[in-house]
Amino acid sequence: MARAVTTRRKVITTAAAWAVGLLIFFPIYWTILTSFKTEAQAINDPPLFFNFDWTLENYTLVQQRSDYMRFLWNSVIIAGGSTLLGIIVAVPAAWSMAFVPSKRTKDILLWMLSTKMLPAVGVLYPISLLFVQFNLLDTRFGLIIVLMLINLPIIVWMLYTYFKEIPVDILEAARMDGAGLKEEILYVLTPMAVPGIASTILLNFILAWNEAFWTLNLTAANAGPLTAFIASYSSPEGLFFAKLSAASTMAIAPILILGWFSQKQLVRGLTFGAVK
Amino acid sequence: MGRIVLDKVKKSFGEVTVIPPLDLEINDGEFVVFVGPSGCGKSTLLRLIAGLEDVSDGVIQIDGKDATDVPPAKRGLAMVFQSYALYPHMTVRKNIAFPLRMAGLDQAEQNKRVEQAAAVLNLTDYLERRPGQLSGGQRQRVAIGRAIVREPAAFLFDEPLSNLDAALRVGMRLEISELHKRLKTTMIYVTHDQVEAMTMADKIVVLQAGVIEQVGSPLELYSRPRNTFVAGFIGSPKMNLIGGAEAQKHNAQTIGIRPEHIEISTTEGMWKGTVGVSEHLGSDTFFHVQTPISEEPLTVRATGEMSLGYGADVYLTPRPEFLHRFDAQGLRIE
Repeated sequence: MARAVTTRRKVITTAAAWAVGLLIFFPIYWTILTSFKTEAQAINDPPLFFNFDWTLENYTLVQQRSDYMRFLWNSVIIAGGSTLLGIIVAVPAAWSMAFVPSKRTKDILLWMLSTKMLPAVGVLYPISLLFVQFNLLDTRFGLIIVLMLINLPIIVWMLYTYFKEIPVDILEAARMDGAGLKEEILYVLTPMAVPGIASTILLNFILAWNEAFWTLNLTAANAGPLTAFIASYSSPEGLFFAKLSAASTMAIAPILILGWFSQKQLVRGLTFGAVK
Repeated sequence: MGRIVLDKVKKSFGEVTVIPPLDLEINDGEFVVFVGPSGCGKSTLLRLIAGLEDVSDGVIQIDGKDATDVPPAKRGLAMVFQSYALYPHMTVRKNIAFPLRMAGLDQAEQNKRVEQAAAVLNLTDYLERRPGQLSGGQRQRVAIGRAIVREPAAFLFDEPLSNLDAALRVGMRLEISELHKRLKTTMIYVTHDQVEAMTMADKIVVLQAGVIEQVGSPLELYSRPRNTFVAGFIGSPKMNLIGGAEAQKHNAQTIGIRPEHIEISTTEGMWKGTVGVSEHLGSDTFFHVQTPISEEPLTVRATGEMSLGYGADVYLTPRPEFLHRFDAQGLRIE
């Protein structure tokens, strides 16, 4: 449908989009800015925007006091591991829901999603007990499992939507060509769904990377990811804002860069099926 | 070998019976066409044979072995889909080789067979392309290539030509017929186009609402339709069916006469009428003539040179030896 777009309209929408974008970006901008201030400047009133002495002192201090690389590595392992494990479990699940649906498939999908409405703290106690029981506290493996389960509904939903777009004829052709279930999923479905699977992996990696509730509650010194790294700089009195900001910047930098380079894929993934 | 026998095969989706128990025999090497209006169950029947749908009851035998519960991958049949259903992420070569790869053939043998098939189907220059870079006709040939490399017991075609334009369709129709003559493999072909059915089939199965109305060679169906449905469905333009007093004169509920079996004259004849629309095809002319004997205008085929104005008075005379008679149930009276 073609609609005449006037220049005025273009200017207004562009300005509005920039305004919303800047508003969303502002907290991140402020965090990055604060990380280059001294502690005194960080809590200065009125707030300082550019007229301060830029310093890298916070970064040096943070690096001296804690081992950034270890936290980073934990984050990579936990976010990556939970996402991959989730994909392995979700691909067959989404396949069956998309291509051999039963009367209850819609209900199961909704029920899975409903678990996301449950406040996480509601199951903190039972899960902590299970962790104690299975010796999983402060292990990367334990967190991989928990984060995988937490994000599984979203992974299944996303894959389900992508799979629905794949013509069932092509899968039937594979069956006629002698492919068993395994070959059908491995050689036909998965390669065709690669863009969708990539978007799913990306989004869930980001979700897992940013997940704080479980990572903070179930880890300590060994398996703590970057969220724990940040938390270790937050103090109830609200001092050390500059160091906290430096730690936060270091923690979000990798995911920010990843997101920046995969913008297209992410947007495509999130709007997939909505726009044809 | 590809002899397929359906024994009381039934299919229902929930409470709805799409195909009531049905028997059918397809002999080795036969070209069988399932034809019928859309929704008549012809595609479902094909999918039952393919194994893509489970039968609700009955037995399907392929080459004397019970195949009812055998998965599609193990039935040894190949299928060509209406949408072509090529693998978009694979080159033409890999598409055609896929069934061979699934069968576990070695690379050299795969290549040899793919190249043979490509040569037969004029695809040699396109082997490294992806399906997206091919025209509709080429895609259809790739789909056929993928079916023939494996040397299946039978080919199943599900309306393979309906996405092609008219000119290409005629060409592909000939190619498929030629392929059948050369391979002599059983082919089951589903279409709603009775011209395809007439031109290609050794045996036509006319279906309506999941029920087989008639099975026979194209000419049998044309000259001796078993009931009014087959009479109206086979032949183009369709047979004129006339009821009422005129039919009673012939001791029938309905009489049928094909457009090509009516003589048209401006001076004398059995039924007087007025010419409505005329369709000039060059080789033939079809007149739609309004007569007092039926509400519907009768279609009459005349030579291409004949021309009559709208509203002209004409006389029609059916050739008696080609008159079909049907009883109150619509069944043929011999």
